[in-house]
Amino acid sequence: MSKLVAAAAGPATSVQDGGRYGVQRYGLTPSGAVDRLALAAANCLVGNPPFAAAIEVGPFGAAFVAREGKVRVALAGAVRNAEVAGHPVSFNESRTLGDGESLTLGFARDGTFSYLAIEGGVRGEPTFGSLAVNARAGLGSPFPRPLQAGDVLDVDAAKATIERRIDLPAVSDGPIRVVMGPQDDEFGEATDLFLRSEWKISATSDRMGYRLEGPVIKHLHDHNIVSDGTVNGSIQVPGNGQPIVLMPDRGTSGGYPKIATVITADLGRFAQIPAGHTFRFQAVTMTDAQAAARAMADLLQTLPDRAREVRNVDISDALQNANIAGSAVNAFDSGTWQTWTPPEP
Amino acid sequence: MTAPLPSPRLLPSGDAAITVEFGRVIDEQANRRVLALDRALADAPIDGITETVPTYRSLLVHYDPVRIGFDELGERLTTLARLRAPPTTRTRRWRIPVAYGGEHGIDLETIARTLNTTPDDIVARHVAGDYRVAMIGFTPGWSYLSGLDDSLQMPRRASPRLLTPAGAISIGGLQAGIQCLAGPSGWHLLGRTAMRTYRLHRDPVFLLEPGDAVTFYAVDGKQFTEQDRAAARGEFVAELVVS
Repeated sequence: MSKLVAAAAGPATSVQDGGRYGVQRYGLTPSGAVDRLALAAANCLVGNPPFAAAIEVGPFGAAFVAREGKVRVALAGAVRNAEVAGHPVSFNESRTLGDGESLTLGFARDGTFSYLAIEGGVRGEPTFGSLAVNARAGLGSPFPRPLQAGDVLDVDAAKATIERRIDLPAVSDGPIRVVMGPQDDEFGEATDLFLRSEWKISATSDRMGYRLEGPVIKHLHDHNIVSDGTVNGSIQVPGNGQPIVLMPDRGTSGGYPKIATVITADLGRFAQIPAGHTFRFQAVTMTDAQAAARAMADLLQTLPDRAREVRNVDISDALQNANIAGSAVNAFDSGTWQTWTPPEP
Repeated sequence: MTAPLPSPRLLPSGDAAITVEFGRVIDEQANRRVLALDRALADAPIDGITETVPTYRSLLVHYDPVRIGFDELGERLTTLARLRAPPTTRTRRWRIPVAYGGEHGIDLETIARTLNTTPDDIVARHVAGDYRVAMIGFTPGWSYLSGLDDSLQMPRRASPRLLTPAGAISIGGLQAGIQCLAGPSGWHLLGRTAMRTYRLHRDPVFLLEPGDAVTFYAVDGKQFTEQDRAAARGEFVAELVVS
């Protein structure tokens, strides 16, 4: 058995998997990776099931050190500077860390969350079938909270000797597709404003919800409705008219009207839009949305076919001897990724 | 044979969930239909449904769009929702201890002043209520109750508190609540219960189910402290009556 030590971890870095389902009726939100395709791609490269637990690395940097043996890892999702001993590490490619080697990750570029999958997965005690961290409910394993510097994960020693690479289809930079409803009739003409406007991701966004900045979306009546259920991608409009897109750590019910819902196929792409960046929405029909969901499911299924071998492992002694854990990212407090508290119930 | 009930509204919640809406306001009949459809789906599952979330007035049905489409699922849900459910044969009733007022219910005096009465009278009206768990949501175990005495209806606080204690017993608008974990709330705090509606590693993890009947009884601060210790060991504290 080997260990993977978090030498540094930004505030939004946590263990996540496919999520915790079946208990939303008791108020327990699913949590899980915000970008399921990136999680599945990283897992595929190290031979894990697609939604095995991995480390979701937030917009700030992080660093991890292999101890007591080799550890095989793979990175996917938001691209960022990644290095081992000064040498760049490729995304969408597996790599074996020698004992003592450290992987340092910089700030996310053109995205928000990266996934670090580990061969054999993360070891922990699942609750309701999941290791995903839900800090609010005190759930998640091996730690029921975001990762902190010094945390040690027990992991399998690297077994495979072949590294693999995967080529993913290009990510669309088109508008984020939504299905209108369930309460779009609470907005009347404001739905047009919602669809034709440019929106910006607020810095006060987190895994519960992404707040949007743009024109004020006015309600026809009251901004309070009798609470009803929410889904990943529900777009609530509170009293101030600034929409909030609910993410996997959302409350399972909410008391604001929901103008539209991000389609399943675009949830990951939406989650990767960085704070401060702009985008637009586009309404699609249920038929188109469900066709896109099936296409996404097909892509997830065929990920293993897309992976190919790249080279034999050759860990040089020079790399093994160079340990740069001490120079890990140290600028976490300069970021804008804040947390907020929802005004419910 | 009685005529079928009116059709609920089917509202898309994205491409992987349908909100089956029976009403737009808090209404006992709508909630009973929500719970009846939820029960019908539990008794005879439809392939492709992944989970259901009952709320005051709607049933949120999560499904896998790879296994079933919106139109087919919507049709089957409508058919089921129009059937009259057989009367429930068993009701679970919980008697839940509450330490009212003081440090445990910091809004009790303000509510009494606002409603031109005494704290004791507010407690008497709250304890006299016969409540039902209409839904559980927001955070684990947060139970929304119907059945609040009309005279206790008050708008939510203008500015929600960012942190209210675990076990808070509160009221807001037409609703009464049992909060399990510490967290934000815009409701008025009447008291606190030692009962844990959610506790990991206890069997069952979740005590209350949507549809359960609930009444409250008053305990003093000393009893609360004792019960809180017992609850921390995994005991239920509240009494369960099945009729």
